[in-house]
Amino acid sequence: MSNNLTKRGFEFISENAIKTFFLLCAIVSVVTTIGIVLVLLIETTNFFREVSLKEFFLGFRWNPTIKPTSFGVWPLLSGTLYFTFITALIALPVGLLSAVYLSEYSGRKIRSIIKPALEILAGIPTVVYGYFALVYITPLLRNLLPGIKTFNILSASIVVAIMIIPTVASISEDAIRAVPQSFRLAGLSLGITKFQVTASIILPASLSGILSSFILGLSRAIGETMAVTIAGGNLARLVNPLKPAEALLEPMQTMTAAMVEIGLSDITGNSTAYKSLFAVGFTLFLMTLTLNMVSQFIKNRYREKYK
Amino acid sequence: MGIAKNDIVLEIKNLNFYYGELQALININLEIKRNTITSIIGPSGCGKSTMLRCINRMNELIDDTRTEGEIFYDGRNIFDSDVDPVKLRRKIGMVFQQPNPFPKNIFDNVAYGPKMYGTRNRQKLREIVEISLKKAALWDEVKDRLLDKSLSLSGGQQQRLCIARTLAVEPDIILMDEPASSLDPIATMRIEQLLREVTDDYTIIIVTNNMQQASRISEYTAFINAKERRSGFLVEYGRTQDLFIKPQMKQTEDYISGRFG
Ligand SMILES: Nc1ncnc2c1ncn2[C@@H]1O[C@H](COP(=O)(O)OP(=O)(O)O)[C@@H](O)[C@H]1O
Ligand SMILES: [Mg+2]
Repeated sequence: MSNNLTKRGFEFISENAIKTFFLLCAIVSVVTTIGIVLVLLIETTNFFREVSLKEFFLGFRWNPTIKPTSFGVWPLLSGTLYFTFITALIALPVGLLSAVYLSEYSGRKIRSIIKPALEILAGIPTVVYGYFALVYITPLLRNLLPGIKTFNILSASIVVAIMIIPTVASISEDAIRAVPQSFRLAGLSLGITKFQVTASIILPASLSGILSSFILGLSRAIGETMAVTIAGGNLARLVNPLKPAEALLEPMQTMTAAMVEIGLSDITGNSTAYKSLFAVGFTLFLMTLTLNMVSQFIKNRYREKYK
Repeated sequence: MGIAKNDIVLEIKNLNFYYGELQALININLEIKRNTITSIIGPSGCGKSTMLRCINRMNELIDDTRTEGEIFYDGRNIFDSDVDPVKLRRKIGMVFQQPNPFPKNIFDNVAYGPKMYGTRNRQKLREIVEISLKKAALWDEVKDRLLDKSLSLSGGQQQRLCIARTLAVEPDIILMDEPASSLDPIATMRIEQLLREVTDDYTIIIVTNNMQQASRISEYTAFINAKERRSGFLVEYGRTQDLFIKPQMKQTEDYISGRFG
């Protein structure tokens, strides 16, 4: 055998060149992120030169375009939070139970069908979900709840829940399946039912992954725009915490929807209304950032180290 | 074999077991005497683990498997349709090859079974934990750190913790699948010692690849061999000292002499 030590073709591209290329890619994404945050910060600061912090964060009326204008964020914030809460109420339990079913109860065959189906579900454009809610879910709901408006929070929550269930289920399932088989066998060999073993050993052991999937699902619900606007409407309304059930049937305007509305209107770049877009965006950014930080914290805090 | 009938706790009759097409056990017949230690020896892949998992019906958890034959536990065929495998496993416990304590603290590992069975009383649980850890010869090492994570223990301690966890639910029979194979000699010795001490209350069936261990701890030994390293059949079964000193079968003699080196 002859030793062939000569470089040929692609081998002339050195490891260093490749390294530099990947470094550049990384730098581009970091710089872009920093740029976005900076723009948000600067425009938000400009906005608060014209509108007081108090009006924005403690105000109960959102009316950025028609005089007399008012920039109280609470109608948007309450709509977003309430919508997210209802969505979570549906999506998290269903997502978790699906994950438990897939990983612990379904056979290999059923999982091999459902898992890819979930991934396809996650790939459908959100606008499709929005019209699905408007055209199918809301009329269905109207049979049960005659008072329901054409645009309403409930319908939006249901459809966004359907959207994020695959995410929650898929990530939770990965976490649950990562729990070593030996724990299941140990539990079962003690004469404990499968259900009890799952509830008392497997779920606690995969808690950090499950919580991460919840938080990721919630972030998606909070940031969701298209589907909530189409199904939930675009009317800034303060959610009355004393009448939560009624609020479900009413339209809303989430923070994202409000931002789109401003962006699409003929408002110019110098107006307060235009700058309010950034203030709302910044608030949204803080919310999702907090969720991500909680998620990181959970990951580090609860991660079980097996062997 | 000269064992009185009422001393038999487990009777395996014409047991065949299949993983899909592969027949892993061929017509096994075996009677296990109450309150003794029985060793199962044989080359790797001959079906020792498979046989243990038949006894507590853990094999059923594996897809595409089939069992034929009968196993009588106290006179009752465990494969009868009205036998609940969950309840069966409360009577026939298992210790695995790799220590597999739960990712919980030491106390909760041992108290887990009784808790799940419905014991809520803290004081009662504490008693169970202490007794079980003492039986498993682990109490002195962990009594001051019961709330430490189980994974902070050494491998040998973890295995004794798993034994304590099994003892805590007071089974009749304990199946052990090479429980010391991943442990160092000192840890192994401790486990052998504790096995000898608990046989007044339990029947132990232990798979071991270590001839010396089998001859040190067990009263009876079964030698399983395999055709083409995959389909196991029982070659010889009897008192350990007989089997090791004057084996009846040539196969046994070859295996033992090869193993003792
Ligand atoms: N889960 C399984 N699926 C398919 N075949 C298996 C499985 N477990 C064991 N076997 C096969 O059954 C035979 C006996 O295995 P095992 O009982 O583990 O032997 P031993 O414990 O004596 O080493 C081997 O040929 C092994 O490959
Ligand atoms: Mg084995």
